[in-house]
Amino acid sequence: MSNITIGQYYNVNSIIHKLDPRVKLFGTLIFIVALFVANNSVSYAIITFSLVAVIIASKVPFIRLIKGMKQILIILIISSLCNMFFVKSGNTLVHFGAVNITSGGVIKAAYIGLRLIYLVIGTSVMTLTTKPSDMADGLEKSLGFLKVIKIPVHEIAMMMSLALRFIPTLMEETDKIIKAQTARGADFESGGLIRKVKNYIPILVPLFVSSIERALELATAMEARCYRGGVRTKFRPLKYNKTDIIAYGVQILFLAGIICANLLS
Amino acid sequence: MGIVQTLNLVYDYITRDEYDNEIKIRAIDGLDIDVEKGQFIVVLGRNGSGKSSFAKHLNALLRPTSGTVVINGLDTSDKKNKWSIRQEAGMVFQNPDNQLVSQIVEDDVAFGAENLAVPTDEIRYRVNKALLSVNMTDYRMRAVNNLSGGQKQRVAIAGIMAMEPECIILDEPTAMLDPVGRREVIESLRKLNLEKGITVILITHHMDEAINADNIFVMDKGKILISGKPSKIFANIELLKEAGLEVPVVTELAYELKKEGIELPEGLIYEDELIEEVVKLYKR
Repeated sequence: MSNITIGQYYNVNSIIHKLDPRVKLFGTLIFIVALFVANNSVSYAIITFSLVAVIIASKVPFIRLIKGMKQILIILIISSLCNMFFVKSGNTLVHFGAVNITSGGVIKAAYIGLRLIYLVIGTSVMTLTTKPSDMADGLEKSLGFLKVIKIPVHEIAMMMSLALRFIPTLMEETDKIIKAQTARGADFESGGLIRKVKNYIPILVPLFVSSIERALELATAMEARCYRGGVRTKFRPLKYNKTDIIAYGVQILFLAGIICANLLS
Repeated sequence: MGIVQTLNLVYDYITRDEYDNEIKIRAIDGLDIDVEKGQFIVVLGRNGSGKSSFAKHLNALLRPTSGTVVINGLDTSDKKNKWSIRQEAGMVFQNPDNQLVSQIVEDDVAFGAENLAVPTDEIRYRVNKALLSVNMTDYRMRAVNNLSGGQKQRVAIAGIMAMEPECIILDEPTAMLDPVGRREVIESLRKLNLEKGITVILITHHMDEAINADNIFVMDKGKILISGKPSKIFANIELLKEAGLEVPVVTELAYELKKEGIELPEGLIYEDELIEEVVKLYKR
């Protein structure tokens, strides 16, 4: 399975990779909750320690984890600066005209920055260690209760995995269309931004048409193979094993630790 | 009664012309076909001869305008039979990309069996067997996108085999393949037919794929032009050309030689057969 490069799945064999996707989804959720309730240095210490432990266990190189950081850099700087300038508590550190930076503001800014960084790293660990198809399976199973309120969970998960299956096919097709249009004299390089966007219309139109045709054929083929929605068994049913149960235990302990640390202050 | 039987099958479809008027087009016009269990059947015809519409009737994807289609004792016009018919008579389509559902080969093979709510252990057993039967066991963990066209079609056939059908219908499965892929697919089908006794109905416009068939039906304009054993079909070169089909080189050569007055037997198909006959003549 080494040649699937959809999403950002990092293919190594680790404890974290082997966990049931439902465990990882739940863990990510708990991690996010913990990040947002943490309010003192002890709870941040627990979070930092746990995150580092998980990263080491996942065998994902640190570089891959901070790749996602580029996209949130601006948000990170703005939100930290806002906190620094507008939170007024503790001693005044710098006073310059209208600018008044307090020690409370600096601490708050540091926490907010750390929170955002941890959020990106924590969720990256999830996407780097879980195959998209497993993620779809895990979501289908763990959100199964939503069927009660008539949300078609199975259908949504099926659409997700079909979309993933067709990403490489459509990329190949896009490539072919670009070549075909270039051969007919289409120009994708010159012109300003708007011009460049407009240049892509001759690619998008045939791509849309062919995807709709594909979808129609796929639907027929699925029906011919007796697909009729929900009532089906699984070739690879998700099953919890010992490690998964232990991981759930660790997650609960982690959350309890955060709550205790919060109560300390 | 055979496993697949059509009685005076007629199918009209409605389309619109440029002025938005409804036009009725008769795709199938009174078809009577009877296929015995375990046969290898080839349906030949050019584009628009109605052969694809015919294929879709065998899988209850289309229902007859009039007449009946009976698959293993089940009438396709009865909606209750729909899913049992699709399990009995699996269908493989032309475009290999648009019929594979999962990213991984073995997951895709399992798809049909999953839909039939087969227990997990049984699915595993069926997937192993199906992959073996089309020689794709080594590729079970591969991503389907990285396979060749012929391999993709064999995965599609394995997916049908995992549903344990009596009969496989293939609607131009080789039309988008290169010669190597074509041979792989046809050889897999022949193997399934001989070893597992699966009834194969191959719809195609490549005449050379019909050489080993038990029975051939040549369709044109929604009707059967001629049917019978390959030797009988290939002896009627003029008729085949009229139906817009490309005749295999050996057959055509033998036909032309005969027209020039050289004594050759009827319905030569294979290269070595022709060589043998020519050598015999030369020795005389």
